[in-house]
Amino acid sequence: MSIFSWKSHGKLERHSMLLLIGIVIVVAIGGLVEVTPLFFLQNTIEPVRGMRPYTPLELEGRDIYIREGCYLCHSQMIRPLRDEVERYGHYSLAAESMYDHPFQWGSERQGPDLARVGGKYSDGWHRDHLTDPRAVVPESIMPPYKFLAEHDLDYHDLQDKLRAQRIVGVPYTDEDITNAVADLQAQDDPTGSAAGLQKRYGDKVVVRNFGGDPSRVTEMDALIAYLQMLGTLVDFATYKADAPANQR
Amino acid sequence: MAEREKDAHSGVETTGHEWDGIKELDNPLPRWWLWIFYGCIVFAVVYWVLMPAWPWFGGPTPGILHKSDRAQVAVDIDALKARRTAEAGQLSNASLEQIEKDPAMQSYALAVGQSIFGDNCATCHGAGGTGGKGYANLRDDVWLWGGTLEDIQRTITYGIRSGDPDARVSQMPSFGRDQLLKPEQINDLTEYVVALSHRPADPVAVQRAGQLFTDNCAACHGPTGIGNLQLGAPNLADRDWLYGGDRKSIHDQIWFGRGGVMPAWRHRFDANTIKALAVYIHVNSGGQS
Repeated sequence: MSIFSWKSHGKLERHSMLLLIGIVIVVAIGGLVEVTPLFFLQNTIEPVRGMRPYTPLELEGRDIYIREGCYLCHSQMIRPLRDEVERYGHYSLAAESMYDHPFQWGSERQGPDLARVGGKYSDGWHRDHLTDPRAVVPESIMPPYKFLAEHDLDYHDLQDKLRAQRIVGVPYTDEDITNAVADLQAQDDPTGSAAGLQKRYGDKVVVRNFGGDPSRVTEMDALIAYLQMLGTLVDFATYKADAPANQR
Repeated sequence: MAEREKDAHSGVETTGHEWDGIKELDNPLPRWWLWIFYGCIVFAVVYWVLMPAWPWFGGPTPGILHKSDRAQVAVDIDALKARRTAEAGQLSNASLEQIEKDPAMQSYALAVGQSIFGDNCATCHGAGGTGGKGYANLRDDVWLWGGTLEDIQRTITYGIRSGDPDARVSQMPSFGRDQLLKPEQINDLTEYVVALSHRPADPVAVQRAGQLFTDNCAACHGPTGIGNLQLGAPNLADRDWLYGGDRKSIHDQIWFGRGGVMPAWRHRFDANTIKALAVYIHVNSGGQS
């Protein structure tokens, strides 16, 4: 009598503990197939120069991007297809999402892809556009986000946010966390000293008054700082797209 | 296998499962469903063999076709570039003037320019290129930084106040916000600028502001206010305004000293594309020669 016969299967179905153990074994196989590759994630992330964790101001901007649901209409994923590369620029690399928790690839494009929107438009345009999208793009269906410029950015839990990011794998140092608030303020203030910020996050960090009101740090500042950084980190001059390891 | 019981009513065999006297009939699955199921299994096995499929140490299994989207897009883009090189003719060797004069090159440049403009420039300058408050109109003959083919090419390449080392840069001071002038002086200057553009203004205020204009504004805008293309200083004596020409707009501009930012495009477009775009803008405006 084989174990697949109804009699032995009936024993499994009628004995709750046996059934439980059987379920655990079957689900574990499915889980392992999905989870095990993640332990070898380094295989998927291309070696590139230039990637760095978000600065505190950009991280706050990313949180506003998520809070306002921007990802529902905007993707951040340029697929390796001719038309997309022609319109948006180099296709997105896995490395470009390595510090995104969660990633912002999105799945819909009511609006254009934003993976490389950084530097494409001026801060002033982003302000005008977020305040009243139809003032600059008459055919736009994007809702207005005027209130972002009216709300002071709330960053009382900034250090905790960096710590949380560190737990899930973003390499923020103790020094980054200690100086988070100062770094956030420094990035929005072109008149002050950004030496510490640039020491921790690199010379290419853009220091500007993004939101147009130098007297305070608003949610608009944070969101525009985030948008203006998108897609600008990887140094494509040193990235070998045709190397066998990068062909997939 | 024991003899299977047949249901007397339907004539179908039962599975032998019984719960509280209810027995399950062993009807076969529909034939169409089964064939699709088997078909899927066969497809999956073939797919595993041909295409990258299984996660493995050191990356996924490559499959015998070695299919790669990234390799494919490189091929597609190379093909596109080759086709463009053929169609573009001598765009890369020709001067901007030659491109504009030659009918074949011009029509190619206009097609490229229109497409690039729609995807990238129209966002600020408008789908029709007529601009808006703070964004220059590219369809008229009024230029901030010059309207020759070379001027336009340079502006597109390096941008204006873009942070690029070769960008066009100038800065209108914030006379009010930075307390360089007193509020009443700014009021007088507003009247003076209104008068410059040949509109009725308070003559006493204009009189008072004459020296102020010479001391603070004339260096860039010129003694008669006709502007300076080298500095992106607009002509104040015409009726064309970037930030509005009513008294409040003029006053705000002196107070805040706004200056627009145009990004540098040399990292996004190749040299030929920028040439085509410059020709497109020049042809479709009152371009200078």
